[in-house]
Amino acid sequence: MIVADKKPIEEIIDMVKDFKKLLIVGCNECVTVCEAGGKKEVGILASALRMYFMNEGKKVDIDEITLERQCDHEYLEELRNNIDQYDAVLSLACGVGVQFMAEKYFGTPVFPGVNTCFMGVTEERGVWSERCQGCGQCMLGKTAGICPISRCAKRLLNGPCGGSTKGKCEINKDLDCAWQLIIDRLKELGRLDDYEEIIPIKDWSTERAGGPRKVVREDVRL
Amino acid sequence: MRLNYPGTIRVVRVPCTGKVDVLHILRAFEKGADGVYIVGCLEGDCRFENGNLRARKRVEQAGEILKAIGIGGDRVKMYNLSSGEGTKFAEFAVEMTEKIKELGPNPLKKAKEKMAA
Ligand code: SF4
Ligand code: SF4
Repeated sequence: MIVADKKPIEEIIDMVKDFKKLLIVGCNECVTVCEAGGKKEVGILASALRMYFMNEGKKVDIDEITLERQCDHEYLEELRNNIDQYDAVLSLACGVGVQFMAEKYFGTPVFPGVNTCFMGVTEERGVWSERCQGCGQCMLGKTAGICPISRCAKRLLNGPCGGSTKGKCEINKDLDCAWQLIIDRLKELGRLDDYEEIIPIKDWSTERAGGPRKVVREDVRL
Repeated sequence: MRLNYPGTIRVVRVPCTGKVDVLHILRAFEKGADGVYIVGCLEGDCRFENGNLRARKRVEQAGEILKAIGIGGDRVKMYNLSSGEGTKFAEFAVEMTEKIKELGPNPLKKAKEKMAA
């Protein structure tokens, strides 16, 4: 999923303080799971902002809604008939949802209510970590299902580097060395021969380095 | 055991303090409560293992939010006792009431009056 983190409330207040009618829009997908932008967080933020403005003697109307997703037209369209009532929208979706909202409702200021961090997993309740950087040419088949692009600090394709110590990465002693993990798992799978194969230079043009990306699938287009 | 505790306190019963959410606490303040405290079982004694630990975290979160928005983080507090400690229940009630008296009423009350005027 896409993992996001909460933004400090002070920062949010600063963004929206000059508006009189505000819509806070949550998203029912990834940001709900990582407890940053779901219905519950929308409710908490709305309550906090209402109290803040009231305490400041400002009259600000705040409405709340949580959409199934904010990265698809059909759900964002649900706001079509009401959006003009609002001076601004505070979206608690990931950056993708915030942008799609801004594209769709061109005349309404849209602000991000969370910090979008990465694509990752829930390690345990309250702990999320990165697993994929969307490089566009997945090589997990060669690396025992462990991604060196997102999990090796140097993105080495033929690791480990000399900084790997007792299974930990040199940038942080609490961080597993991705290449140690790869080797351990290849060993477990009896596929250490894979490790002997040198992985050739990667074509980074499918990664973000090649500019903004797009997937067009003629087979499913209407 | 007939114990007196301040009559200004309104008791809201929940099956376990783990049921209490940050939003419940905030809503109470939005509706004008001067303070909110949660009384849970002793830590380590939760029937549902960690309900009271969750409650503590939520109280902390609510406190941080209340502080950030100028209502005051000290208006919310977590207490723990065992079900046999009725005297403690009364003591906590007195302690919290004193604390709130010190802090004064929920600032939103004044703000509301001002806006209505
Ligand atoms: S190799 Fe690329 S696509 Fe596969 S997990 Fe890593 S970053 Fe993601
Ligand atoms: S120690 Fe391991 S994870 Fe860290 S940079 Fe070197 S190879 Fe990558």
